[in-house]
Amino acid sequence: MDNLLSIVTFLPALAALILALFLRGGDAAADRNAKWLAMIATSATFVISLFILFQFDASDTGFQMVEEGSWIMGMNYKMGVDGISVLFVMLTTFMMPLTILASWDVKLRVKEYMIAFLLLETLMLGVFMALDLVLFYLFFEAGLIPMFLIIGIWGGKNRIYASFKFFLYTFLGSVLMLVAMVAMYADAGTTDIPTLLAHEFAFADFEVLGIHIVGGLQTMLWLAFFASFAVKMPMWPVHTWLPDAHVQAPTAGSVVLAAILLKMGGYGFLRFSLPMFPVGSEVMAPLVFWMSAIAIVYTSLVALVQEDMKKLIAYSSVAHMGYVTMGIFAANQQGIDGAIFQMLSHGFISGALFLCVGVIYDRMHTREIDAYGGLVNRMPAYALIFMLFTMANVGLPGTSGFVGEFLTLMGIFQVNTWVAAVAATGVIFSAAYALWLYRRVVLGDLIKESLRTIQDMTAREKWIFAPLVVMTLWLGVYPAAALDIIGPSVEALVGNYDTAVAAADLGGPTVAEANH
Amino acid sequence: MISADLNIILPEIVLAVFAMLALIGAVYTGKDKLAPVLVWASAAVMLVMALWIGTTGGQDQTAFWGMFIDDAFSRFAKVAILLSAAAVLLMSEGYMSRHGLLRFEYPVLVLLSVVGMMVMVSAGDLMTLYMGLELQSLALYVVASLRRDSERSTEAGLKYFVLGALSSGLLLYGASLVYGFAGTTLFSGVIAAATEGHMSLGLLIGLVLMVSGLAFKVSAVPFHMWTPDVYEGSPTPVTAFFATAPKVAAMGLFARLLFDAFGGAIADWSQVVALLSLLSMFLGGIAAIGQRNIKRLMAYSSITHMGFALMGLAAGTEFGVQAMLVYMAIYVTMNVGTFAFILSLSRDGQPVTDIGALGMYSKREPGKALAMLVLLFSLAGVPPLVGFFGKFYVLQAAYGGGLAWLAVAGVIASVISAFYYLRIVYFMYFGEDREDALDTGGSPVLWGFLMVSAFLMVAGVVNLFGVEGAAAAAAATLVN
Repeated sequence: MDNLLSIVTFLPALAALILALFLRGGDAAADRNAKWLAMIATSATFVISLFILFQFDASDTGFQMVEEGSWIMGMNYKMGVDGISVLFVMLTTFMMPLTILASWDVKLRVKEYMIAFLLLETLMLGVFMALDLVLFYLFFEAGLIPMFLIIGIWGGKNRIYASFKFFLYTFLGSVLMLVAMVAMYADAGTTDIPTLLAHEFAFADFEVLGIHIVGGLQTMLWLAFFASFAVKMPMWPVHTWLPDAHVQAPTAGSVVLAAILLKMGGYGFLRFSLPMFPVGSEVMAPLVFWMSAIAIVYTSLVALVQEDMKKLIAYSSVAHMGYVTMGIFAANQQGIDGAIFQMLSHGFISGALFLCVGVIYDRMHTREIDAYGGLVNRMPAYALIFMLFTMANVGLPGTSGFVGEFLTLMGIFQVNTWVAAVAATGVIFSAAYALWLYRRVVLGDLIKESLRTIQDMTAREKWIFAPLVVMTLWLGVYPAAALDIIGPSVEALVGNYDTAVAAADLGGPTVAEANH
Repeated sequence: MISADLNIILPEIVLAVFAMLALIGAVYTGKDKLAPVLVWASAAVMLVMALWIGTTGGQDQTAFWGMFIDDAFSRFAKVAILLSAAAVLLMSEGYMSRHGLLRFEYPVLVLLSVVGMMVMVSAGDLMTLYMGLELQSLALYVVASLRRDSERSTEAGLKYFVLGALSSGLLLYGASLVYGFAGTTLFSGVIAAATEGHMSLGLLIGLVLMVSGLAFKVSAVPFHMWTPDVYEGSPTPVTAFFATAPKVAAMGLFARLLFDAFGGAIADWSQVVALLSLLSMFLGGIAAIGQRNIKRLMAYSSITHMGFALMGLAAGTEFGVQAMLVYMAIYVTMNVGTFAFILSLSRDGQPVTDIGALGMYSKREPGKALAMLVLLFSLAGVPPLVGFFGKFYVLQAAYGGGLAWLAVAGVIASVISAFYYLRIVYFMYFGEDREDALDTGGSPVLWGFLMVSAFLMVAGVVNLFGVEGAAAAAAATLVN
């Protein structure tokens, strides 16, 4: 199959088109058909995407399974995967059937709901596979439309505010990236990502409005991309859209947001910022380190005082993404390996945690922590699963959460000990808020009158969690399953980065000095 | 010689003669009873002309000693003008007859203004420029006040006329200065006189005055004040017409003047146009936020879009002109669809323009709401819809022309304007269900235009339907 990637990418969109054109009526039968079609399409996408994984040759650090066709304005429709992107593709196809399954009880406008999620899957997959700058931007930005609708139509009480904030925040971030892309096109004369990776962007210092820019064009481009990815990631202090969006989004929306959409920022850093602007990255790395360290500590503390479960998990996501950005810009093998691993594992864990919240929200229709307590008495299976993912979120050895945190901390330790020291405190804080949440919701006596009749998880719900449990534990005890695929590509990336930075010869001064 | 010249302006002659025959015929026979037939016939004639111009005419030629230019640029603009005018005419028929506005003068006036527009984009001389512009404007003043018994409509017509006359005056004054200092009215003569660094002060002032006059016509800030009032006051089909064909013509004329007559002094006008562009993008975006009337909102939206199109011109490069043309083609297509939607909004048969009335429109009319959603995101410039490529083009042009600051400002403005497009989406999809629901169903013609326009916005992502190549050829003939 020559166009395997395109098939995987556009299969969900095709299903969405079929739904939109041929499914008529709003009765229960039509709703059921919509769900089943979505389920079949996402599952089929996952099965087909397994072929990508099988065909993938980890020792080849270039792009594989590349497809190319001419497009407008001298750009190409070009898709391909390498060691960095292939696992994100797998994460997406893996998570989507679970999200559809988790939305089985949606009552409101089921057909449109499924169309939105199917389109979203196509767009997310496109982001990870696109090998053309503008094509990437197309998928990256287009994802805002279905997500805007998902939050706005199926969200909670304050959904309007959340959806507008989500859209405008991320839109503002990414339009600056668009200008940077235009500048890159003008500089390199192509939008082909493999060519751009080999292209050396100018890094001679220059002045803009009287400000001396170390690293010149590279730093400017880096900043523009940073504006986009930092918002998407999200990094402190531009993370404020995330808690709102998470809280208001329906459960499945939160899962997709946490598990996949947030990863686009990290992927963007790895695909563009680090390899294309090594000098810019080197110049700006300390900023990222400290922003990450602050994010880890600050958002962990904020998470401690939350009264809304989803909000708490949202803040914990920001903290965990802090490890990712820190690891990426440490720019060494452990750091980047750890960052990618952390993103994958966070995809499973935070997705599962939002699903956990969804389980009890569906029963009680509240996310207030105070409304719960002692659930273990009535819901033993739920208590077990929730505990597993709470521990994974804390980073207990044996779960995938540990590997990512450990590797990124190891990576950053080699570069900046102080940042590593600050970030390491986040491990303790995360234990504090996660365990405390667990204690308040699940443990203790069942004293709330309203909880007396609450039912344990249904078979469907258990089946949603089963694959996530397996992945979390499997990657926890055998991380090489992922790291072997990531490793060679990361090694090549780090090698190129070091060469470029050494060649640029920033004169040896630390960045702090250069900024003075 | 004269027969060759006439041959070149044959499309304009055909249209003008048809318009006059239609006028005479209608006056002496059925009057308004003939109007529906006339609308369809005019649209058909314009479609045929568009087809003719689009498919014939290989090499560039001039008529009347250079006063009239027939090149790829003018052909591109003419096809866009004719197609959009025909589309708007077809869309108006149902609405106008429902509201008792369908007079036989309407298609005739539209035809005459289209002839004016075609002359504008072909102008090779200050005289041709002015004649085309006035023919267009006078016809437009009248259609603005088509609803004679409505205060708002007559107000719109009067406002448009007074301010339009002012802008024509500015333009004429500028033209006379240019003539005085260049010694000729031919663009080919002006360009020889107006070279970089050697522009006499008189020429410079003439240039600025002409640019101001044209800025009125494209409704660029700070010459935009008439736009919201005229858009709101005119009957909706007329508003749809204002938002499409005349904008293409005015932008075409703008490009024609700047490059054919002042192409040697790009640095002198580039900054002026860049400023017009900057102000239009921001003012259009910010002022639209408070609008509840969808016609006023579209007026500000068109101001923003003109700002983007001017960004392409401000670059002062061949690619900039190409970007402007692509942008205008996309803009017109989007607006035709959007106005088809607006025209179809009614409650108990009465037209509705309040965006609040759209509450939960998606429940009753899922198809139309979805099409409108696509158009709105396209207007906001969100990929993968075609509106994004228009923006991408002009950004690239601006950056290539050394206006990186304008590109950055442009994308920020596009975020601001995204807000009010999203607000319409909000009403249609997230809003409150209303008791006084809008009518469902409606004219199949409008439905068709809305759907086709939305479909083009999605399908265009594949190759933009070849507009790119045509625009590139058009830009190449203008800038050399």
